[in-house]
Amino acid sequence: MMADVWTIIWKEWKELLLSRGSKRGGVARLAIMVAVFGLFLPLQTGREWVTSPMVLVFWAWVPLILVVGVVADAFAGERERHTLETLLASRMPNRSILLGKVLAAVSYGWGLTMASLLVGLVAVNVAFGHGELLLYPAQVVVAGTALSFLAALLAASGGVLVSLRSPTVRQAAQTMSIAVVATVWVPAGIVSLLPRLFPNISALEVQAFLTDLNWTAALVVAGVVLAVVDAALLAAGLARFQRARLILD
Amino acid sequence: MNSLAIRTTGLSRHFGPVKAVDGLSLEVPAGTVFGFLGPNGSGKTTTIRLLLGLLEPTRGRAEVLGFDTLTQGDEVRARTGALLEHSGLYERLSAADNLEFYGRVWRLPAAERKARARELLTHMGLWERRGEQVGTWSRGMKQKLAVARALLHRPALIFLDEPTAGLDPVAAAALREDLAALVSREGVTVFLTTHNLAEAEKLCAQVGVIRQGRLLAVGSPDELRARTGGPRAEVVGHGFSEELLARLRARPEVVAAEVQNSHLIIELRSDADMAALVSFLVGAGAQVEEVRRGKASLEEVFLTLMEEEP
Repeated sequence: MMADVWTIIWKEWKELLLSRGSKRGGVARLAIMVAVFGLFLPLQTGREWVTSPMVLVFWAWVPLILVVGVVADAFAGERERHTLETLLASRMPNRSILLGKVLAAVSYGWGLTMASLLVGLVAVNVAFGHGELLLYPAQVVVAGTALSFLAALLAASGGVLVSLRSPTVRQAAQTMSIAVVATVWVPAGIVSLLPRLFPNISALEVQAFLTDLNWTAALVVAGVVLAVVDAALLAAGLARFQRARLILD
Repeated sequence: MNSLAIRTTGLSRHFGPVKAVDGLSLEVPAGTVFGFLGPNGSGKTTTIRLLLGLLEPTRGRAEVLGFDTLTQGDEVRARTGALLEHSGLYERLSAADNLEFYGRVWRLPAAERKARARELLTHMGLWERRGEQVGTWSRGMKQKLAVARALLHRPALIFLDEPTAGLDPVAAAALREDLAALVSREGVTVFLTTHNLAEAEKLCAQVGVIRQGRLLAVGSPDELRARTGGPRAEVVGHGFSEELLARLRARPEVVAAEVQNSHLIIELRSDADMAALVSFLVGAGAQVEEVRRGKASLEEVFLTLMEEEP
């Protein structure tokens, strides 16, 4: 099965690199993204880019945003360009097609994030190191690597699920945009409502809670929750991958 | 190997009240080119989707290369190739990359993928342009590439859904020629749907005619001609009076006779003696300048079938 999955990933990357008309244009697009996320942002942030645990936010959100940008095309794009039916008429198993699409999107989002973080590390050391070697804290590296992979997988699994049933790439992208906005703003809204919902809890108590929080355990819990959601979305994708329905839709 | 490439029994597929395919029973011998003829919306594409296991039948069953399409769709798809309604090519990729991708899909070893792609592209006259993005190509070139892709893994059976549709006559003729040569060289069974009856007549050993999901007739082009009409003669000349026509129609070897555009068209029984008939016409006062003997074209057969009551 892995050979089939790899074949789909190979094709997806080829199409991605050639989406601007030439391989040079595709590589340039990737380079610009790495420049923005790996040079511009770190140089704006300074030493804190490496030393602050807040970089975890970057590790988690950037792959999600990058994946959302490409995954809408997974099935809706094939349907729109009339290539889906021929692919489905081949011997390629359902599971390989789906996993290939998911992993191609993950490799794009996660790969670019990792590349950006490495470039950022070098850039911050060159600009702000002053002879001292600055490194991301080990815990941040482990947690960030895992969280960014799981975040990319979340966006890819959810995106493929949306793309499976969308007639056009535009519709898939719109649905995913709504999902991302909901994912970002709904939790933020809930947090902003907490003081009103629980007026008896003071800001000091909240601060004390956050200070006492076992962040390692919290990150592990977050990772496990993400992994479970990812697995559920992948399972849903596999269950909904029915050749007949895909063609008729 | 099973001597039948395709066998369907009462195969039906309904979409709500619409019977896209209705009780189709068909046998396609292995190693032949089978033409599936019918007007738009008659159920040709749905039939191909059913045979590839891409749609589930509402009723009936189909076997392709000995495998049940409902329960063994993977086996069917592993042994067949298809050029469907759309060419299905990745237009951002080059021709070589399109074949490379499908070569990997069919798990051809790397060396074989390259050799086979070269063989097919060379045969199609596309080898020199293999590095170009397919999106920049003409429709005729894309169709040729799609045929090459369908044959890449040497399938035992290929489905071609109107392969020359939308091509100009020159491109269509070129594709037909390539197709005929490849099919004969590769010994593959072909299930071909087409609107082009001359194409079917040229390529197909057997044809089936479908209308509103129902199979109206099946057989070789000659058999269909015999079914809807025997040999005929077209006489160019003058003096084809009503009296002469009446005497002509009374002759035992004549099935029907009428004048169309000053030409006398006579439908004959298969054992008709043409020389005696010409002597009769001359003796009856007609001036005969030219006599052409022939058979009804497949197009005439098709139109006759389409006009019959359902």
